[in-house]
Amino acid sequence: MKEVAITSGRMNHGVDPLLHAWGWEIPLYLFLGGLVAGILFFSAFFYLRHRENVFTAAIKVAPLYTPVFLAIGLAALFLDLSHKLYFWRLYTTIRWESPMSWGAWTLLFIFPLSVIWAAFWVKDVYPNWDWKFPIIEKTIAWLAQFKKWFAWSLILFSGILGMYTGILLSAFNARPFWNTSILGPLFLVSGLSTGAAFILLISRSEQERHRFSQIDSFLIGTELFLIIHMFMGFLASTSVQIHAAEMFLGGPYTAIFWTFVVGIGLLLPLLIEIMELRGVTVPAVIPAMLVLFGGLMLRFVVVDAGQSSRWLYKFMEQLVF
Amino acid sequence: MRYAMAIDTKRCVGCADCVVACQRENNVPEGFCRDWIVEETTGTFPELQLEIRSERCNHCADAPCVRCCPTEASHYEEGGVVLVDHDSCIGCKACIASCPYDARFVHPEGYVDKCTFCIHRVREGKQPACVEVCPTHAMIFGDLDDKNSEISKALRTRKYKTLIPEAGTDPHVFYLL
Repeated sequence: MKEVAITSGRMNHGVDPLLHAWGWEIPLYLFLGGLVAGILFFSAFFYLRHRENVFTAAIKVAPLYTPVFLAIGLAALFLDLSHKLYFWRLYTTIRWESPMSWGAWTLLFIFPLSVIWAAFWVKDVYPNWDWKFPIIEKTIAWLAQFKKWFAWSLILFSGILGMYTGILLSAFNARPFWNTSILGPLFLVSGLSTGAAFILLISRSEQERHRFSQIDSFLIGTELFLIIHMFMGFLASTSVQIHAAEMFLGGPYTAIFWTFVVGIGLLLPLLIEIMELRGVTVPAVIPAMLVLFGGLMLRFVVVDAGQSSRWLYKFMEQLVF
Repeated sequence: MRYAMAIDTKRCVGCADCVVACQRENNVPEGFCRDWIVEETTGTFPELQLEIRSERCNHCADAPCVRCCPTEASHYEEGGVVLVDHDSCIGCKACIASCPYDARFVHPEGYVDKCTFCIHRVREGKQPACVEVCPTHAMIFGDLDDKNSEISKALRTRKYKTLIPEAGTDPHVFYLL
């Protein structure tokens, strides 16, 4: 038997009795980042496939929300910083070894991109929209010549945004539950899936809803596959990662993960969407909301569990929230 | 020059003088600490073995905190000492998540703080506060590149270990067994 006790010091609330560096701000941002990546990807992709008149919600309406979602996410990130007035230091350095650094730079590109891309579609969605200043109108008209290039760069940057939210976490070898390269693709697929769900939520066209139901079902299937692979990888790995997996297989995260993320967030909407594709009428809002909820819960559970999985002092492993 | 610390688990009695000395020397805010005492008991009664360790930042040669810092606030100083530049730290807490030794915390003033090997004292030719104050002389601080330093001699003649070397960070706090 081995028993470890910290008998002196270590009463700092930021670390002990459990590591609680990141609260609600980071998972919320990771969710919104993934959602925005998903929306922008589908918008740009179907624009390049000339589906403007078929997938109106995906190409034209959904992108209007992205600058707002990103702004909320960025506000959450800013709130998380404990030395806020120094945040500009992010942009005086480029550190390729630090995912957080290139994430910050990616945001610097994708935020204006999302604003420009949304601006392209405002007049299509709101025909009576008035930009007030002719200079804005002229700038947008001038930029619109390069729409195709904007679409291509959106595909690139939304891919990076969707991946990096996972890579950010998987780069931490100190947190065994995060330390798996599956996390990048898992968050990307989850981001695309929530993006498709959001489009499903706002779409008014039967044809579009049908197509995005198909896409979402495929993405949910992929996500389930990746989750199973993640646990297989953990269980075949070293003792710390086996321990990390056990937090979900009987440990403190079992109920919350398998019920809210896998059950309500993946299996249930998958079932509903399959039923829908087979002709049963279910309001599209139900599976869409479930997928969005599942995506949010996935971020919360993963951020939380990663922080309590550790190499030393395993007796501190417990639910943070 | 490569600064390191060796802590004799045979001499350490877990009195926590090092913890208090550090808090006083570095003005560590109340409720926080840069070093702490761990007692590890192995076996079942009555066959028990106790190892007492004074733990702190391991000043890793391949430090994940330095790698993941987006602003270069976490950096290497002379002798491989890992420090945080308070005016560059944005408080993103990536380094806290990246440290397998959980040695870092957010200072109430906002920046991330941790053990500095008392580099301000070392530069004046003094020992770190924890080493200076240790009543059983269980702690040795010195330069590994100097073959005649006390720490080099101790690591030549004694068996030692580092904590979780499998985390791959090349830690530089050694525990003499």
